[in-house]
Amino acid sequence: MEHMGIESGRLQFSWVSSAESTKFVDVVKEVTEAIKALGPNYSFAKTQAKVA
Amino acid sequence: MIDYSEKIKEISKRLLEEGRVDIVIGFKKGTVPMMNEPCLVKSSGEVEKFVWDSNCGINLANYLTGRNEKTGIVAKGCDSRNIVTHIIENKIKREQLYIIGVPCKGMIDKHRVAAMFDGEIKVVDEKDAKIIIKGENFEKTLDKESILQSNCSICIHRNPVLNDELVADPVEEQRDVDRYEDVRKIETMKPQEKWQYFEDMLKPCIRCYACRNACPLCYCPTCFVDEHRPQWVGKSQDPTDLRTFHFLRAYHCAGRCTDCGACERACPVGIPVRQFTKKLEKDCLELFNWEAGMSLDVRPPLDTFRPDDPDDFIK
Repeated sequence: MEHMGIESGRLQFSWVSSAESTKFVDVVKEVTEAIKALGPNYSFAKTQAKVA
Repeated sequence: MIDYSEKIKEISKRLLEEGRVDIVIGFKKGTVPMMNEPCLVKSSGEVEKFVWDSNCGINLANYLTGRNEKTGIVAKGCDSRNIVTHIIENKIKREQLYIIGVPCKGMIDKHRVAAMFDGEIKVVDEKDAKIIIKGENFEKTLDKESILQSNCSICIHRNPVLNDELVADPVEEQRDVDRYEDVRKIETMKPQEKWQYFEDMLKPCIRCYACRNACPLCYCPTCFVDEHRPQWVGKSQDPTDLRTFHFLRAYHCAGRCTDCGACERACPVGIPVRQFTKKLEKDCLELFNWEAGMSLDVRPPLDTFRPDDPDDFIK
């Protein structure tokens, strides 16, 4: 994905067990902050529905 | 090349007459220059159709999927690697196959040759390492080396990796080839530049799916792009849809692509389709020390687990 031009950090992977609630919260916080810092992504989104 | 053709005919004839195979898959002369067609021959009387020259860029492994009969197949280096992949993926059985190996010195790039001349090219002949191109008002002799398909010029597996019989002695493999110069160039770009690079590359795509159809790896009964319940990807030429198609298709080829160049060859608008698969090929080599289709005994990286698999990207 990064090769295609998605900024590094926009796509993140994590392994969280169902028993690791605190890790889950931490990951969500981290990811949210990282993505907010990157700002909205306008590429790879259709701007409007095309009518044929 | 003429000897190759004769030898292919001779072997095919023998195999069919002895009943060793029911069908032989090879090439016949195309109706237009530089476009040899796949040819399936069922009786020894028909083997005269077979031909071999520098226009046999189509990957014949594509025609093996799900065959039941005993099959002879003419295979250059890349084809043989795709045959190995087919066997590993249970698309054909090794016992069914008789592989007629062709040591290959590369195929000529029909897009590039066509772009060199204004008029229509009528005849393309070859002699030794020279290609003679004739048209209405022109005639030109070119070095074959200078008009090779780009994947052929960086090929390091010209000899079939799996074969029952070779039509000629193995050719010398190319050494010290920098296979990933173009990929590294993209890797150094900034995200926005990368995005734009692929955006420009994909602009002319007409979603004809020729790249998919020419690819021996793309044998799914229903491709994800044709599915509409659920519809994984839009069917329009919107840049988002174009990108989804090409990148997702490339992902499906991860660890399987042999860089045979069939996709690029098939593209009617000249998109360098291999740019999508090559990054994955490079990653497979660097992360898993893997080259697709080199052995029947090793499972591909994407269907095995090793404790030391790289997983730095998972937090």
